Formats: sequence, C-alpha cells, structure tokens
Amino acid sequence: MELDSLYQEVILDHYKHPQHKGLSPVYTAQVSHVNTSCGDEITLNLNVENNVITSITWDGQGCSISQASVSMLSDLVTDKTLEQADEIVKSFSELMASKGTAVGDPEILEDAVVFAGVSKFPGRVKCALLGWMAFKDAAIQSQGESK
Amino acid sequence: MSFSVADVRKDFPIFERTIRDGKRLVYLDSGATAQKPWVVINAESEFYSKHNAAVHRGAHQLAEEATDAYEGARAIVAEFLGAQDNEIIFTKSATESINAVAYAMGNAEPGNRFALTASDSIVVTEMEHHANLIPWQQLAKRTGAQLKWFNVMQDSRLDLSNIDQVITANTKVVAVTHQSNVLGTINPLEAIVKRAHEVGAVVVLDACQSVPHMSVNVAELDVDFLAFSGHKAVGPTGVGVLWGKAALLDELPPFLTGGSMIENVTMTTATWAPVPQKFEAGVPNMAQAVGLGAACKYLSQLGMDAIRDHEIALTGYALKKMSSIEGIRIVGPLENVARGATVSFTLADIHPHDIGQYVDSQGVAVRTGHHCAWPLARAMNVPATTRASFYLYNDESDVDALVEALLGAQKYFGRF
Repeated sequence: MELDSLYQEVILDHYKHPQHKGLSPVYTAQVSHVNTSCGDEITLNLNVENNVITSITWDGQGCSISQASVSMLSDLVTDKTLEQADEIVKSFSELMASKGTAVGDPEILEDAVVFAGVSKFPGRVKCALLGWMAFKDAAIQSQGESK
Repeated sequence: MSFSVADVRKDFPIFERTIRDGKRLVYLDSGATAQKPWVVINAESEFYSKHNAAVHRGAHQLAEEATDAYEGARAIVAEFLGAQDNEIIFTKSATESINAVAYAMGNAEPGNRFALTASDSIVVTEMEHHANLIPWQQLAKRTGAQLKWFNVMQDSRLDLSNIDQVITANTKVVAVTHQSNVLGTINPLEAIVKRAHEVGAVVVLDACQSVPHMSVNVAELDVDFLAFSGHKAVGPTGVGVLWGKAALLDELPPFLTGGSMIENVTMTTATWAPVPQKFEAGVPNMAQAVGLGAACKYLSQLGMDAIRDHEIALTGYALKKMSSIEGIRIVGPLENVARGATVSFTLADIHPHDIGQYVDSQGVAVRTGHHCAWPLARAMNVPATTRASFYLYNDESDVDALVEALLGAQKYFGRF
C-alpha cells in the first residue's frame, strides 16, 4: 500500500518513542514554530558550544510525521558542528522537495532517508519540515550567540 | 417531500470519478466546500460562452444580457433568503462580506449609528470561525471598542447565562455564527437577537454553515446582516453574499470604493450610488454570481426542508454508528438536537492528520486540524480534530465507509 511508504516503521517508532523530548533549561537559542494549517507546534531548545551542537531538546504536539521528524533530527545533529548540521538540513530539504523522485543520501541523512516517502504526499511535507525549520532558525540564532 | 440521494449524485459529475486507485469517492468535506452540480457548472460556462460582458455598463446587447443574468441571480438569491433584491450584495466570499461590514463600521463618522468609540463594545462567541472573529477583533483594536464574547460550554453549547452582562447598552454589534463549522451546534438566535435589539445593537450572522443546509429566512430570523459563501452552497468559488436590512445598508458607509459604486464624482468629492451598488465597486464576479443563482435554484427545487430532514436523519445515523467506536470522542453535541450534519471527533491518541491520511487511502475525504477556529479548539481542549461534514449527496453508505476506515486506522496505527 502507498500509505506504507509514508508511515515507515522507523517513523512510527520515533513517534511512539520520541528522542530528546522534554526541554532542557540549558540552551543558546529557543524557538517555537507552528504549522498554521493544522496547529502542530514545536518548541526547540538548542545548545551550541564552540560551534558544536551539544544538546537539542524539544517539546510539542502534532502528527506522527512532524513528531517523528523532529525526534530523528535531534538524534542526527547532536554532536555535529553547525556547518555539518547545515549540510544535513539542506540535504533533507532537498529530499522533501523531490516529489517522490529522490531516495535521500544515507551517508548524510542516515535513518532520516525513510522520510523519502513523505515527499510523495504534498500535504505532509510541511509536517516533516516543521522541526527542521525550527532547528534552522535556532541554529542561525546560536551562531550569533556562540561566536 | 424527499429526494433520492442516488439521483442527486447523478447531478454531480465529480462522483463519476474514483479516488486513490479506483476507490469510490466518499466526500465528507462539504463544510469546507461543496461539490458542484452540472446546472451550476453549465450556468457559469454558458455565461462566458454566450453572454459575457461587463454588467451595468456598455451600450450593447451582450451588456444587456450579462446585466439581466447578473441581476436575475440577485433576485434568485433574494427569494432564497426571503429578502428584497436591493438587500443582496455580491462579494467574493463570506469572509469579504463580514470584513465589508466591519471595515464599513470603522469608516462611520461620529453621529452615524455604526460609529464605534472606546466606550462601545463588540460581542462575538468563542465558537466563531476566524472569519467572524478576526474582523471584529481588529475593528475593536482600531477603534478602542471592547471585544466581549460568549463562552462555549463543554456540552458544545453557548453559555448564555450571562447574556445581559455580555450584551449591554454599550454593545453596538453582535457577531455570531448560525451553525458552528466545527461542533455542528446550531445557536439559539432568538434569545441573542432579542437581547441585541433591546440595547440597539445590530446582529451580524455568519450563515456559511446554515444557508446551504436549511431554510434560512432573514425576515423570520430578524438578524440585521447575514453572510454566506457560494461555494459551500453547491455554487462556484469566488462569490459570496452579504445581506443587510435595506435601511441599515443605506446608513452604512461603503468599504471598497471605485467604479460603479458612485453617484457623482469630482476631483475632491464623491457621493454614493444607492444600495446594493454602493457596496459593489468594480466589475463584479459575474459568472460566479450567475452560477450561485443556479445553485440556489437547484437547492430550492430539491427543497431546503427536505435537505434539512435528510441531514437530520443522516446525522442521527452517524452519531449512533460513530459513538460505537472505541476511543472516539465526538467534539460537538452528542444528541441530535439543534445541530447540523458536521461531526468532529478525536480518536484515542491517533493524531487527526494521521487519521485523515489513512481514511483518504480508503477514498474517504475529511478535514483535519483546528478548522479556522483556533480559540474554540483551545476551549474544547483539543489541539485538533477530524471533521466529517455531510451534505445532500451523502447517505448511510458514506457513514459506513467512514466508520470502517476509522476502524482500519486504529488497526493500522495500533501496530506499534
């Protein structure tokens, strides 16, 4: 079923067992993003030390795609430099814009390539990107902070 | 009088197509927009192919025919609402209709009955669609007037116990929805209108969810302004209606100014044409208005009371069937009294967007989210809901398909 390409097991697993959920009081930037079409919300605390992401924590409510996506993102960018994280975000954004034509680079995106199926559902791309756009925002703010 | 849903469905070409790899289309999103019958599609097409010209101008035959068609549509809509022809204003949407009243009030000069000051108040309800909340919220902000509202109780009804404290001598306008687009609740207008008129306030009715589904007669309701959108009433997109009592429309200043709404113009002054032209600046959405006329005619031929009866029966069936699903919470009146055919719900801990996605894979089209009524979602303590909204082309088999799809969603997302 087409639907299975959207709801991959890894995605539902992250949804049921979200990683890095619960906001840490230590952060260099805090951002809140909302998907205005459905009301999904994510607040994200990012801590950057010497250009390295030392912690990323979040809280929010939303559909399986938006929540699993931010959970996987948190795993992926922890301990990365801001430049490495930027490359990951770019790669993920390209995958989401691919309308089902790309499979994603596992070298860069690791498990997050499972979101390739989401790009076939235009209504869900915004869900998948919600946490990533929040992170991008927080990373830009932290750049100023940590330098 | 009743009608056959099978016959009605034949009038709507969209039901000839299938969805998601050959599945029957189960369209339960009429609260967002209704499907269109051939008579509407043809009326719009025929206007363009045979009579297209700018109305109210032009010294030629096409201009005459276009004007006749456009003004004919106005007469049909007027009859549909039990109004006079000159009380019907065509807008581009119900949102524009409500904004037109709110901005026009903001334009009223001191001495005009609509002029608002910091000592006045505007009353809305917590269950308003954003289209009937934000225009008033922002008007309050611009004028300094106080925004007050009726709360929604957990049984999905308005709390009118404090009506005399909410609507007071300072109240200038009461803006309320006839039927909630989320809960399905039909509001008790009589009490609200009575109190509003007691204190000299006008009542603005958002009738988007009522006019397509039941007989709405403005004289009987005794409201002062009413807005509805064409596309929710099997009409085209791009056309809405603002109705107002003639005497009030006379006194209300215009909102949009420009061509065809004037009486006389100099370089520094202008005077206004009589209503409804005063509120129809620019070349209007003519083909769409003509299409809306055809839509109102189509609905009238089936009979608004027959449509309402059909929806009451279908809602009763839906509430019964849906209530039997484990973990469902219907967000709206549970009893089939003073409610329309809109059933919003949550299903255990499955997010509405995921429910919507799954049922779509089964050919069932629903809406998910806060349905442009964010404060209401907060009041009902739900981040979002799934909404099934039924109409004249739905029947019990559509309810059954929804229920089956919801059980499927539970199974699908319960795997982990």
